[in-house]
Amino acid sequence: MGVTARSSRPSRRSLLGGAAAGIFTLGFHIPLPAPADAATLGAAPVAPEVNAWVVVRPDETVVIRIARSEMGQGTLTGLAQLVAEELGCDWARVTTEYPTPGQNLARKRVWGDYSTGGSRGIRESNEYVRKGGAAARMMLVAAAAKGWGVPAEACRAEKGVITHAASGRSTTYGAVAGAAAKMEPPKDVVLKDPKDWTIAGQPLKRLDTLAKLDGSQVYGLDIQLPNLLNAAIRDCPVVGGTVKSFDAKAVAGMPGVRRVLQVGDSAVAVVADTFWRAKTALDALPITWDEGPNAAVSSQTIAATLREGLDAEQAFIGNKAGDVAGALKGAAKVVEAVYGVPFQNHATLEPMNATALWTPERCEVWTPTQNGEAALAATAEAAGLPATQCDVYKIHLGGGFGRRGATHDWVHQVVLIAKEMPGTPIKLIWTREEDMTHGRYHPVTQCRLRAALDEKGALTGLHMRISGQSILAAIAPQRMVDGRDPVTFQGLNPGGPEAAIGYTIPNLLVDHAMRNPHIIPGFWRGVNLNPNAIYLECFMDELAHAAGQDPLDFRLKLMGNHPKHRAVLEAVAERIGWRTAPPAGVFRGLCQTMGFGSYVAGAAEVSVSDAGDLTIHRIVAATDPGHAVNPQQIDAQVAGSFVYGLSAALYGECTVKDGRIEQTNFDTYPVMRLDAMPAVEAILMPSGGFWGGVGEPTIAVAAPAVLNAVFAATGKRVRQLPLRNTDLRRA
Amino acid sequence: MARLTVNGVVREVDAEPDTPLLWVIREQIGLTGTKYGCGIAQCGACTVHVDGAAVRACSLPLSAIEPGQKIVTIEGLAPGADHPVQRAWAQLDVPQCGFCQPGMIMASAALLAQTPNPSEQQIRAEITNICRCGTYNRVLAGIKLAAEGGRPGRG
Repeated sequence: MGVTARSSRPSRRSLLGGAAAGIFTLGFHIPLPAPADAATLGAAPVAPEVNAWVVVRPDETVVIRIARSEMGQGTLTGLAQLVAEELGCDWARVTTEYPTPGQNLARKRVWGDYSTGGSRGIRESNEYVRKGGAAARMMLVAAAAKGWGVPAEACRAEKGVITHAASGRSTTYGAVAGAAAKMEPPKDVVLKDPKDWTIAGQPLKRLDTLAKLDGSQVYGLDIQLPNLLNAAIRDCPVVGGTVKSFDAKAVAGMPGVRRVLQVGDSAVAVVADTFWRAKTALDALPITWDEGPNAAVSSQTIAATLREGLDAEQAFIGNKAGDVAGALKGAAKVVEAVYGVPFQNHATLEPMNATALWTPERCEVWTPTQNGEAALAATAEAAGLPATQCDVYKIHLGGGFGRRGATHDWVHQVVLIAKEMPGTPIKLIWTREEDMTHGRYHPVTQCRLRAALDEKGALTGLHMRISGQSILAAIAPQRMVDGRDPVTFQGLNPGGPEAAIGYTIPNLLVDHAMRNPHIIPGFWRGVNLNPNAIYLECFMDELAHAAGQDPLDFRLKLMGNHPKHRAVLEAVAERIGWRTAPPAGVFRGLCQTMGFGSYVAGAAEVSVSDAGDLTIHRIVAATDPGHAVNPQQIDAQVAGSFVYGLSAALYGECTVKDGRIEQTNFDTYPVMRLDAMPAVEAILMPSGGFWGGVGEPTIAVAAPAVLNAVFAATGKRVRQLPLRNTDLRRA
Repeated sequence: MARLTVNGVVREVDAEPDTPLLWVIREQIGLTGTKYGCGIAQCGACTVHVDGAAVRACSLPLSAIEPGQKIVTIEGLAPGADHPVQRAWAQLDVPQCGFCQPGMIMASAALLAQTPNPSEQQIRAEITNICRCGTYNRVLAGIKLAAEGGRPGRG
């Protein structure tokens, strides 16, 4: 066998370009099994922590602990900026590490929530991480002052150096870190005014870039442990089905194969020395499924169920004002349209994977996860051990987008396999095909919109009936409110700091007829804000045309009470040149919404050829996230959001036949590539006073901006996505 | 036993002849910078150079490699990761999650080796790797920057 079982700890990342001292050290190491104790976080030399968030090593390296997961969105760098800002350290000496979920459990959740979804990483933890940095600074200063016998108030700290001006003495954080660790944590911590920030708020380079350029960044897929074996798995293609039988003997003699085993009720795995041999044997393994009660479901049967919901009497109310029925009855003109979106797969480029090592006393898992604590809970449950005897090592994610947060089905699987082979680390990798067909899909919904216009073309009433799937009902029923799924109404709420509608419509009803097909939904980057923005913002465009008004003017009349929504919309309108004629053959569309605590708007310039081919020339996007922690990373999130949002809007569709998802890889689930990528101009307009997310909200404006421009170009309303199913040739 | 020259080192590998080069590189040789993303040559995360040309290693069986062919992976692209593409990527902070970037960098380096000053249209046509985070515009800018930054050697 040619397998190389590496027995050493993966080496620390080499620095690029012969970098001199003072450049970042990229501090993530991959823990080997059974670390000795919770105090030895991080690599040698071991230094005592000042507090849970900050360790200063004798060489002045500042280790900042990060609880949330880095999956490309830049939260690692942003959170470190916030801590470093208050700590007053030298940014060039900052490195980071993840405390494990097990350590968080043992220390009474000192690092708080690990969940990294809903664009919450920074906005929900900014206050306590900044306080952690500030408290550490106060303890370091107090330790120095105590050593000098002077009052702490007479000392100041900057870039990791503490000075007592009166006596001309100075010392460093590294020199007093040990003493600081013994100081009483301060009770009152005052945070800086964001206008005084010098590290936070700056467009700093990411801390994790260099390792991503030379192949040294370790992803879950790359974990190597002594004596590790690899597993490939096949779950029943129909959700709800089970394994009837499989013929292990047929593949037992194939190269490298060590075990063939059933995993839970519904899956079969092959364990081999290499993944390729495991997969090859699994492909050859005869498996018979009992496909269960869902084997006859198709996209057509699901669509029919949703259509029925459009007229159903029972529906959960998300937003209600005035009397919509009366407004529709008294309308000069009623406009009606039905829209719909299909299932979408997250399609993280790194497929689901995890490595587990189980013994009767302890279970450890190495995995890319958006929620280490949830991964730990899944580990403990599958391991049959208390969580205190388990731990999870979070590995950088090759994309998350919501797939790796709320459910940890792949962790459950790998632990069940490892449990059958005590003492042997097992790495489970899903093939792309397994990943495509066993997702936690963007939920399928339809929406019928009915609007009342008066004689002057003013919008007097709107009924939005959403029919379709609830994410919470399937995967987080404990978060339902009296049977209602509040997430369904993202961006359509009457008010509040999270996702409020940006229009005042005198008679309004937004309601949801819940229809739950068996395909399991999940939080897919942007979540319900995506379809809701498509429904409302494309329909607003329809109404403007029905009223004979400019789409921007039509909206602005309804936005008098929504200044922040209005400000981002006006910003994109101005930048794209809405009031001036576009270049010949180019057409424009715009839209706005609010979600994940931020206000966003988008505008697009497109052209459509005689052959019906769409070109997106230019995108303008505006974001008001309240406070902006790293502008260049926000810029990256905004541009990336158009790729994610437009991939779905233009191409993406997971269809169901015989109870199973039909698309198996990127050949049948196309996504945007560089050839179709438009120029994106991001306008960042943080108005202060609140903390909004940036990883998701912009996705929601990608599709409606382009779809409205497509209408302007072709006169065709694309109401059922993806767009590629519509012939855009002019009739 | 097959004999491969990877990053200038001759390696003996014991794998079935139909094993894709990707998995030989990752599992037999232990270089994990080259990624698995799709297995059907769609995404390009597995891009390596064979005699200077970008190939998708997930769909190239070990048996297709001829003796003496030079295979270069992301780990061996340039000493100290000092290739113009890597330098440009660092300057522009191109990666987000980074999983596609080894393949993206290898594809870009091969493009520049063939076409030192590609037009934007050529870049868009030639770089077909998938990035789900959506780094494309920085990739585009990075290739242009690398092209300006000097003529890269073949990897």
